[in-house]
Amino acid sequence: MGKPRTLFDKIWESHLVDEQENGTCLLYIDRHLIHEVTSPQAFEGLRMSGRKVRRPEATLAVADHNVPTTDRKNGIADETSRIQVQTLEDNCKEFGVKYFALDDIRQGIVHIVGPEQGFTQPGMTIVCGDSHTSTHGAFGALAFGIGTSEVEHVLATQTLIQKRAKNMRINIEGDLLPGITAKDLILAIIGKIGTAGATGYVIEYAGKAVVDLSVEARMTVCNMSIEAGARAGLIAPDEKTFAYIKGRPMAPGGDDWEKAVAYWKTLPSDAGAKYDVEVTLHTKDIKPQVTWGTSPQDVLPIDATIPDPSLISDDDTRKSLERSLEYMGLKPGTKLQDIAIDKVFIGSCTNGRIEDLREVAKLVNGKKIAGNIKLAMIVPGSGLVKEQAEEEGLDKIFTAAGFEWREPGCSMCLAMNADRLEDGERCASTSNRNFEGRQGRGGRTHLMSPAMAAASAIKGKIADIREFM
Amino acid sequence: MEKFVKLTGVAAPLPIKNVDTDMIIPKQFLKTIKRTGLGKHLFDEMRYTMRGEEVHDFVLNQPEYRNSCILISGENFGCGSSREHAPWALLDFGIRCVIAPSFADIFYNNCFKNGILPVVLPKKDVERLMHFAEIGKNSLLTVDLEQQNVTAPDGIVCNFDIDQFRKHCLINGLDDIAMTLEKADKIEVFEKKEKQITPWLF
Repeated sequence: MGKPRTLFDKIWESHLVDEQENGTCLLYIDRHLIHEVTSPQAFEGLRMSGRKVRRPEATLAVADHNVPTTDRKNGIADETSRIQVQTLEDNCKEFGVKYFALDDIRQGIVHIVGPEQGFTQPGMTIVCGDSHTSTHGAFGALAFGIGTSEVEHVLATQTLIQKRAKNMRINIEGDLLPGITAKDLILAIIGKIGTAGATGYVIEYAGKAVVDLSVEARMTVCNMSIEAGARAGLIAPDEKTFAYIKGRPMAPGGDDWEKAVAYWKTLPSDAGAKYDVEVTLHTKDIKPQVTWGTSPQDVLPIDATIPDPSLISDDDTRKSLERSLEYMGLKPGTKLQDIAIDKVFIGSCTNGRIEDLREVAKLVNGKKIAGNIKLAMIVPGSGLVKEQAEEEGLDKIFTAAGFEWREPGCSMCLAMNADRLEDGERCASTSNRNFEGRQGRGGRTHLMSPAMAAASAIKGKIADIREFM
Repeated sequence: MEKFVKLTGVAAPLPIKNVDTDMIIPKQFLKTIKRTGLGKHLFDEMRYTMRGEEVHDFVLNQPEYRNSCILISGENFGCGSSREHAPWALLDFGIRCVIAPSFADIFYNNCFKNGILPVVLPKKDVERLMHFAEIGKNSLLTVDLEQQNVTAPDGIVCNFDIDQFRKHCLINGLDDIAMTLEKADKIEVFEKKEKQITPWLF
């Protein structure tokens, strides 16, 4: 018997093509997702050097960041956006990469499309020119974001030059309290370890609360690993994972299915495997979470008040808090629940899946959004999520409550398309980043769960989901 | 990729923690299909008003820092999105070296692919260099990758650590893809073996 290994160790070691003496590794990449924003320069690089795509079938392309979420019958109005999406389509055609077009029901956010198609599977290495690639770790795949030069490297060689990350395990003990979701869990984790708390590590999420999560909820947790600085997030694959994958279009079929499941069952970390760092959180301490500042680590339980910079002795921390509060237009001591909002955004690769939409529908059914809300939008993560929601009649519930029901895409998570906040507008958002200007210049973002965002839409200010239960 | 061996020039101070890639290059400039031309939009929302006028007190708008080739900043520089547009914008502006107490992982990697040297120094050293940077144009820093050190105007030298493979690639301006393609036989052997173990992936 060898040394006990972690899930990360196993995936890493089974993908090593080469290792130099100084620890620089050549890692094989099984699957590659691409989108319109971070791939054009990579294809251009291939063309300029006369290189081909090594395994076109290992790459899947879809446009998501820059697509309109309103009527698409007349294409994309914005010229630069249109050129970018067209460039992706042209590049895929030229290099033989599978592409889901804008009018394809399978189009959607790349990190929702991959799992939905069965493209994402346990034990794989998966990369994409997008930091939220960590989402796919929910299946026990080593998945991480890369830059455009690395996109080109993967296209040309199906490998990446990498250094091995360290192992961190985050244990969540106990059962989640009523009203607490995967989003609250990951925000609480980021609040505890900080936005650079896992830099240089791959996080494995474990413990009863994580095992009990649905596969979709696990994706929400892994999605925001990058917000803690981690290279990737991982959750051990189990029967739930296999059941989710089975029968999806790109999942293993026939004899391969049994072989694949047998292999996937060998992946979970061995008993006694060593982690460089272990962190434990108890579910009894986790209340609904809301961010108040301009970094995902600026997060507090819903019953808290805005922190006071004058109580902080460290100069740097005080200055950065003052800067955040000034940007956010908030005063120390204000209760989170007294903060009125202007817009509500429900969607993104963090929270744009069918279970998220069902949570929202449950809460807003038969209610109306508050009069002060200028816009409340729900953007499904993919065409298939949209179709499923409509089959269940969720769209009717949303529109009756005053929400706009949109076409799939990244939308106001990063506001590259027409969906954005205006200067000074405040938003309850289910997305993943509350950086300055993220949702539009001068826009103020409060990150929270879909249920909390729905409750906030009804109340017109940041609300506590537990009051609605 | 342009080589990085030794650099002497003006350093711009940006004493902020967690500078994210949305700050470095906001999303409206990611619609480009080119790598060049992003320098004028570097730090756009800090550098220009809503009406597009320059914000006078932003460091890169001040006359003595307009030609900076080094940037000094706070912890966790480059966090957030994987956009390589961030190092492209820095490079297009003329920044070849960023000095900070720590960097976010993807940004750090992206720098090396573009001939930019990210230097990690202890917070105390960064603060001292930040002080010199705040003095302005007569205060030049020298960054020597060969020797792995930064020399301040007072002659004090700070040494930094760097991965030796990355150093080698940067000093020689090597193309990663060409190097990896030299190992094509190893990739083929790996794929053959993998086809046996995990046939459903092929």
